[in-house]
Amino acid sequence: MNAEFRKGIRHGIPIALGYLSVSFAFGMKAVGDGLTWLQAVLISATNLTSAGQMAGLPLMLGGASLYEMALTQLTINLRYGLMGLSLGRKLDDSMGTLQRLIFSFANTDEIFAVASSQPGKVGKHYLYGLMLTPFLGWTLGTLLGGVAGTVLPAFVRSALGIAIYGMFLAIILPPAREKKPIRAVVALSVALSLCFHYLPGLNQVSSGFVIIICAVAAAAAGAALFPVEEEGQA
Amino acid sequence: MSWSAFLPYVAVMALVTYLIRMLPLTLFRRPIRSRFVQSFLTYIPFAVLGAMTFPDVMYSTGDMRTAAAGVAVAVILAWRGKSLLTVAVAACLAVAAAQGVLMLL
Repeated sequence: MNAEFRKGIRHGIPIALGYLSVSFAFGMKAVGDGLTWLQAVLISATNLTSAGQMAGLPLMLGGASLYEMALTQLTINLRYGLMGLSLGRKLDDSMGTLQRLIFSFANTDEIFAVASSQPGKVGKHYLYGLMLTPFLGWTLGTLLGGVAGTVLPAFVRSALGIAIYGMFLAIILPPAREKKPIRAVVALSVALSLCFHYLPGLNQVSSGFVIIICAVAAAAAGAALFPVEEEGQA
Repeated sequence: MSWSAFLPYVAVMALVTYLIRMLPLTLFRRPIRSRFVQSFLTYIPFAVLGAMTFPDVMYSTGDMRTAAAGVAVAVILAWRGKSLLTVAVAACLAVAAAQGVLMLL
């Protein structure tokens, strides 16, 4: 097996473990709300997105229009468009159109974050490995949650809930410690996010929009105040 | 839920989500010259993850006290540059330990 592919698989393991717990919760909820376990697994295998799936569940169960479903997914998942633009700069020449079409399917928050944090450019073997383990974790977790969700004790389920955020912190804190601009961007984004959660009026904005607004504002402020010296350097 | 009602929803969800991911990554291939846009795209991942983590992490375990324990452990380990897996597992263990302590009190 290709060494880059193996490295991608290895880097995907913590993501897969985080996904296992999050998708377990999704599978449990989907089946509890009235889907079959196969339907829950099909959603996870074709969407691979936590927030979008969680939001889509009540819509389909409540008989919403397909238009509303499309608009909701667009809003919540618009951040992936920004990530795609950002990651496009990191891809090497092995990533032609076909490879981009394939990898696009798995450009999740976490896969994007890990791929972005690699030094230099990334290629197809690494990215295929990096999308494989999280995809399996996400699908398998949904299956387990759908089939056996009620079996697992509550304290285990709630402890697993924090896994994905521990991973986020492990991605953002080391570069934030080293570089003041990143520290400033993260601090601003978090401050805005807190405002949107707790200030009256602002807390009416849907979660998909909140992420877009906070991220765009903080990254734009960072770009204005601390322009990077050369491509890819943060 | 019946399959005939279910399938159109899944198709729409999957298609919209895929197009959002695929179009920018496939169509925009030229190198970006604007220093502002380059800087903006460099900072976007950190800004996105920051906004997704706080305050949501505080609600991720169903009890803010156990979540706080998990965050504290994760922040200390992440700050010291520990791996993703180490930080994630340690945060889960810290939450489990905090739940144990709360149960004993």
